Amino acid sequence: MSEHILSIIWLTPLAGMLAVMCLPKDNKGLIRWVANGFAVLGLLVTVPMIQSFDRSNGDFQLVERADWIPAIGAQYHLGIDGFGFLMILLTVVVGWLSILCSWSSIQERVKEYYAFFLFLQAGMLGVFMVVDVFLFYVFWEIMLVPMYFIIGIWGGKRRLYAAIKFFLYTLAGSVLMLLAMLVVYFQHYEQFGFYSFALEDLLRVAAYMDPGTQMLLFWGFFIAFAVKVPMFPFHTWLPDAHTEAPTAGSVILAGILLKMGLYGLVRFAMPLFPKGATDDWTVQLIAALSIIGIIYGALVSLMQKDWKRLVAYSSVSHLGFCTLGLIALNPNGIAGGMLQGINHGLSTPLLFLAVGVVYDQRHTRKIADYGGLANRMPVYTVLFAISLFASMGMPGLNGFIGEFTILRGAFEVSAWWAGFAVLGIVLGAAYLLWLFQRVMLGPITHPENERVKDVNLREFVVMAPLIAGCIWIGLYPKPCFEILEPPTVKLVERLDPDYFSRVGAPQPPVGDVRAELLEQEGAEASE
Amino acid sequence: MMDALTFTANDFHVLKPAILLCLFGCGILLLDAFFVRRIGKGWYNAVTALMGETAVAVVLWQHWTDVSSGGEFSGLGGSVVVDGFGVFFNGIFVLSAALAIILSARYMEAEGEHRGEYYSLLLFAQAGMSLLATGADLVVLFVALETMAISFYVLVGFLRSSKRSNEAAMKYLILGAFSSGLLAYGLSVLYGIGGSTKLDAIGEAVAARPPGDWATILALITVSVGLFFKIAAVPFHMWAPDVYEGAPTPVTAYVSVASKAASFALMIRLFLSAFGSAADTWMPLLAGIALVTMTIGNLAAVTQSNLKRLLAYSSVAHSGYILLGLVAANEAGLQGVAVYILAYVFMTFGAFALIAALRRDGEAAEEMDDLNGLVERAPGYTILMAIFMLSLAGIPPLAGFYGKYFIFLAILQQGYYVLAVFAALYVAVAAYYYFRVIRACWIARSADKPATLDTGLGARVVLVGSGVLTVVIGLMPQRFLDVAGESVLAALR
Repeated sequence: MSEHILSIIWLTPLAGMLAVMCLPKDNKGLIRWVANGFAVLGLLVTVPMIQSFDRSNGDFQLVERADWIPAIGAQYHLGIDGFGFLMILLTVVVGWLSILCSWSSIQERVKEYYAFFLFLQAGMLGVFMVVDVFLFYVFWEIMLVPMYFIIGIWGGKRRLYAAIKFFLYTLAGSVLMLLAMLVVYFQHYEQFGFYSFALEDLLRVAAYMDPGTQMLLFWGFFIAFAVKVPMFPFHTWLPDAHTEAPTAGSVILAGILLKMGLYGLVRFAMPLFPKGATDDWTVQLIAALSIIGIIYGALVSLMQKDWKRLVAYSSVSHLGFCTLGLIALNPNGIAGGMLQGINHGLSTPLLFLAVGVVYDQRHTRKIADYGGLANRMPVYTVLFAISLFASMGMPGLNGFIGEFTILRGAFEVSAWWAGFAVLGIVLGAAYLLWLFQRVMLGPITHPENERVKDVNLREFVVMAPLIAGCIWIGLYPKPCFEILEPPTVKLVERLDPDYFSRVGAPQPPVGDVRAELLEQEGAEASE
Repeated sequence: MMDALTFTANDFHVLKPAILLCLFGCGILLLDAFFVRRIGKGWYNAVTALMGETAVAVVLWQHWTDVSSGGEFSGLGGSVVVDGFGVFFNGIFVLSAALAIILSARYMEAEGEHRGEYYSLLLFAQAGMSLLATGADLVVLFVALETMAISFYVLVGFLRSSKRSNEAAMKYLILGAFSSGLLAYGLSVLYGIGGSTKLDAIGEAVAARPPGDWATILALITVSVGLFFKIAAVPFHMWAPDVYEGAPTPVTAYVSVASKAASFALMIRLFLSAFGSAADTWMPLLAGIALVTMTIGNLAAVTQSNLKRLLAYSSVAHSGYILLGLVAANEAGLQGVAVYILAYVFMTFGAFALIAALRRDGEAAEEMDDLNGLVERAPGYTILMAIFMLSLAGIPPLAGFYGKYFIFLAILQQGYYVLAVFAALYVAVAAYYYFRVIRACWIARSADKPATLDTGLGARVVLVGSGVLTVVIGLMPQRFLDVAGESVLAALR
C-alpha cells in the first residue's frame, strides 16, 4: 500500500471522476455528495504519505518506477521531495475546498462540472509528483483541458475569450518547453548512448553542455513556467481567466495552477540548466521582470473597479515576489519563494472565496456596488480581514514570513532588489486596505446590500482551514522550512557548488538541519 | 526480358493484395448487377467489400511474417518489393478502406446513391495504393498512382445530383491530371538519367552525376511538384478544401488519410532511393514547402465555418508536419511519419464519422453551428469528438501527440531549430481552431431545430473504435511505436 501511495493519491480523484460520470445526470444531490466524498478521500489518502515522508532527506522519496514506453525511454516514475510534498498537501486541501465551495453556486451541468474538477485535480497532483520529464509534460498539458471547460462553461460573461486565451498562452509556452526537453533528451543520448527521460539521467547532461546552449534551453523551459506563474509580460491571460472563472475555478487557478510555474522552475528549469539559470544576464532580466511584475501588479490592482480583477492582479504582484526569491538563487530566496507560493495558495483562494460569498447573493463584481457590508455580515468581515492581512504580509500571518524570507534572500544579492520589493509591499497594503474600506466600511449605500446574509456554515467550513493555515504558518513556520530546506540546499549546491563553502552554512530560518549536517561531516572528517 | 514473361508463384504471392482487391472489386460489380440490386439491399456490397479487406489483411499478415523472418522479397523482376515499409502502409490502407466502407453504407443510403460501383472503386483505389507502397519501378508506380487517382476522381463526384460534389470532382480531375502530367514528365527525365525504370538503378545513376546537375534538379522539381499536389502541400493545396467539402464524407476521410498516406509512401521511396544522393538539394526545398504548408494550412483553418473545409485545411497543415519528418530523413523522422499517419487514420476517421452522421431533416449538416449544444443530445459522442480534436491538436497523451513528438525530435536532431520553433508554435494556432469545434459541441447553445446524430451500427463502430484506439495508442504506445519503427526502417535501408 505505502509503496504505491503517490499513485493512489493521484488516482483517487480520477476514480472519483469515473464514479461521477456513472451517476444519473439529474440526481444533483447524489453527484455533489459523491464528488465531495472523493475530495475528502483524496485528502485522507495523503496521511500515509505524510507519515512516511522523511523531512531531512533531500532526495526523491516514495519513488515508484515502472517502464511505460521503453521505445523512447519514458517511464512511469513518481517521487517527491520537500517541494513536491508541500505542493501536494496544498493541492489536496485547496482542491477539496474548491469542490466543497461549488455546492450551491453550480446549478447547471453539475455532473460534468464535478467530473472535470476531479479530472483537473488528478492532473495537478500528477504534475507535482512526476520525476520523468515526458510524463511531466503529459500531466502539464492534460490538465489544461478540464480547466478550459471549467472556465468556458461555468464562467462569467467573457468566459469563452478567457478560456481560450488561457489555453493558448499556456500551450504556446509549453510547446517551447517540449522542444527544449527534446534537445536535452537527445543530448543525453549523444553522451550516454541510451534514451531516457528520467530526471536523474537528464540532470547529468548539464556537465556536457556549454553555457550558451544551457541558457537557450533554460529559456525554453522558463517561458513555459513564466506563462504559468505568470510573470510580466506573460501575465495577460491571468486577469481574464481569474475574473471570468467560477469561484472554484479562480481558487484553483490562484491556489495551485500558478504554483506549478514555481514548482517547474525549481524542479526542472533550474537544476537541468544550472549555467543557464545562474547566467548573469538571465538573473538580472528575470529579477527585473519580477520587480516590474510586483510594482505593476500592485499599481494595476489599485486602479481596478472589479473586485475579482483586483484580486487577480494582486496575484501578479505576489508571484513577482516568489520569482524574485527564486532567482536570488540562495537558500533564503528559494525557500522563501516556495513558501510564499504556499502562502499565496492559502490567502488568495480566501480572497476569491470571499468574493464568491457575496457574488452568489448579488451577482455583481463591481466594487462600487458594495460598501458597508460590515454592518450586515460581521463574521464575514472578520474572515475577509484576516485573509486580507495574510495577503498583505501582516506580521503574525503567513504572508509576512514569506515576504520577509524573500527579502532577506534578495538583499543578499542586491539592496536594490529588496528596496523595490518593499515598495511593492507598501502598495499591496494600499490596494488591499482601500478595497476593504470601499466594500466593508461606511454606511450601506445600495439598498440591495441590506438583505445580504452572513456566511453560512458551509462557507465558514470552506474558509476556516485556509485561515487556520495562514495563522499557523504565520506563527510557527518552522515545520515548513524544515521540509523546504533539504531540497533547497540541494538545489543551491547544484546551481553554485561553492555557495556554502563561500558563504558558510545557511542561517536560520533556513539552516538548522544543514548546520547539523556540516557538523557531522566535520566530525567524521576529524575521525 | 525473360522474367517479365514468366509469372511465378512468388510473383503471385507478392501481388496478392492488389490481385485480391481487383477480384473483389469486379466481384462486387457482378454481384451488384445480378443479385444485390434486384433485392435492393445495398449493404450486401459493403459486406462483400469488407470480406475483401479481411482477405487482404490475412495476406498482409503472411507478408509481415515473411518479411520479419526472411527480410524483404521482390517479384516481377524486382519491380515490386515487399518490405516492412510496404506492408505497414498497406496495413494503413486496409484500415482506412475498411473504416470508409463501414461508414459508407448508411451515408450513401441516406444520400440516395448507394451503388455497388462505389465499393468497387474504393477497392480499385486501394489496389493502386497497395502498389504505390510496394512498387520499385517507375512504370509500376505511375500506373499505380493513376489507378488510385482515377478511382478517386469518380468517388469524389459520386453524389451525382449534388452540385458541390460535381464541382469538386471536376476540380480534382483537372488539377490531378495536371499534377500527374508533371510527375510523368519528371519520371521520364529520371528514366533519361538512369537508363532504367528501376529505382535502385536510377539512384545509382543520380549519385554518379555531379552535384547541382541540372537534369537531376529538373527531375527533382517536376516530381516534387506532382507529389505536392497529391499531398496537398502549399502552394498546390487549392483543390483540397473544395474536394473535401464536395465529396461524400466517407470518401473525404478516405482521401484525407489513405490517398495522402500513399502519396507520402511514394514520396519517401522516390526521395530516399532515387534522389537519395541529392538530399542536400531537396532538403531545403522540402523544409521551405513544409513551413509554408503549416503556415497557410493552420492560418486558413482558423476562419473556416464548414467542418469539412476546416478539416481540409487542418489536413493541409498536417501534411506540413509529416513533410518535416521527410526533411529530417533520419530514423526518428521516418518513424514520426509512420506514427503520425497511423494516429491520423483513427482521429480523422473518428471526426469524419461524426460529421457523416450529423443530419438535419435528412440533409447532411456540415457547418460548425450544427454542432452547437451537441453535448446535450449525445454526450458520449461529444466526448469522443473532443478526444479526436485534442488528438489532432497534438495534446498528450493521445495518439496524435506521438507523431508530432517524433517529428520534433527528428528535426531537432538535424539541427533545424528555427523550423522546430515554428512548427511547435503552430500547434498553438491549430489548438485554436480545434477548440472552436470543441466549443461548439460543449459550450454553445443549440439552435431551435438542432441537427441530430443519425448513427447506425457502422458509425458507432467507427466512432467508438477510433476513440478507443486514439486513447489506447496514447496511453500504451509501445506496441504501435515498435511496429511503425521496425517497418519504416526498411526505407532507410
